[in-house]
Amino acid sequence: MIGLDELLSRVGVERQELDRWIDNRWVLPQQHAGGWVFHEVDIARVELIVEIRREFAVDEDGLSLVLGLLDQVYGLRRQLRRLCDALATQPEEVRRAIGRALPRDPL
Amino acid sequence: MATQTPYEVLGVKPNASAAEIRKAYRKLAKEFHPDLNPGKPAAEARFKAISAANDILSDPEKRARYDRGEIDEMGVERPRTYYRPHAEGAQGWKYQPHGEMDLGDLDDLFAAFGSAQGRRRRGGEGFMARGGDRRYSLTIDFAEAATGAKKRLSLTEAAPLDVTIPPGLDDGQVLRLRGKGEPGFGGGPAGDALIEVHVAPHPFFRREGDDIHVELPVSLAEAVLGARVSVPTVTGPVTMTIPKGSDTGTRLRLRGKGVQKKGKEGDEYVTLKVVIGDSGDPELAKFLEDWAARHSVDPRRGMGVA
Repeated sequence: MIGLDELLSRVGVERQELDRWIDNRWVLPQQHAGGWVFHEVDIARVELIVEIRREFAVDEDGLSLVLGLLDQVYGLRRQLRRLCDALATQPEEVRRAIGRALPRDPL
Repeated sequence: MATQTPYEVLGVKPNASAAEIRKAYRKLAKEFHPDLNPGKPAAEARFKAISAANDILSDPEKRARYDRGEIDEMGVERPRTYYRPHAEGAQGWKYQPHGEMDLGDLDDLFAAFGSAQGRRRRGGEGFMARGGDRRYSLTIDFAEAATGAKKRLSLTEAAPLDVTIPPGLDDGQVLRLRGKGEPGFGGGPAGDALIEVHVAPHPFFRREGDDIHVELPVSLAEAVLGARVSVPTVTGPVTMTIPKGSDTGTRLRLRGKGVQKKGKEGDEYVTLKVVIGDSGDPELAKFLEDWAARHSVDPRRGMGVA
């Protein structure tokens, strides 16, 4: 985990810009000892946001949409993984039965 | 020692012009060139660092890549961190939508599954499952870990979690908040929130179990003559008596000033460290000359170097 100054120099983002992202709750650092603390997940997220803004030239309205969808995808992937983990613990005949019951994609 | 940036190595500002960089490099290179400093390995190491810094800063393209964090001080490609493993890892929960939206979707799915079963087994129950656990991490102060504290974790789309830090919490300890994880499916119980708590190191306090240790600088006069001094503790400063004739290494105990576990508080151990301060003071030097002439003291006795 790192503080604000280290993050700014490491990621190459303006203070004002980052403040706005935090205000928008796109980045959720922890408030600690009068400053911000960024954990690994927060740093990686800031790097991703910088990339979407700069390299892909997505403006902040678009960014809000992208992040919202992205967070949903990751949320669903997690749920799906839980379901798969639960299925993996089932006896083989149950897993086979589920496999047979899975409908094929109509296309 | 923390690695220096190429700017620090050359002693220039991050916005230095190409001319300033060249000038700084030439000056330092002359000073530390190995051929001009034979037999000084330190100069060679320094020269290598100076050359590496110049390699990066003298090339506008490399300099820009360094500034963007793509290469490190040695010009080596920095491993890129991607968001995905974090988003899917233990800490990723923080950014995932909570509550009705996506869980609702899955809930519908399971409800459908449940009703299909229900149809088959008349009067049977639907699908029911406990919600998953969610993991978070939180950083707290040394003093907060010692005295206990209430902390608040903010989340993207859900009410913040209030976390009670028990006094004496250890770095890396995981706290469990029952029922604060994911909602259950089909009436199943909610999962738990698991909060991994990191304790930030303190500049002068150190913990050993429930006791806290601190090294306290005292002046020569305070050590020799004794004094009343103010000592930091995790619950705020307290006044302590330095006994007359103390020395470096003298250990004093402040009872109950360690970890604040109710009824069995730890202690704070204060180890004195005599600091002379202004050792160039002529009055002190004069006094010691007279004093030393009349007292022979060998603090190294027992080290076999007499």
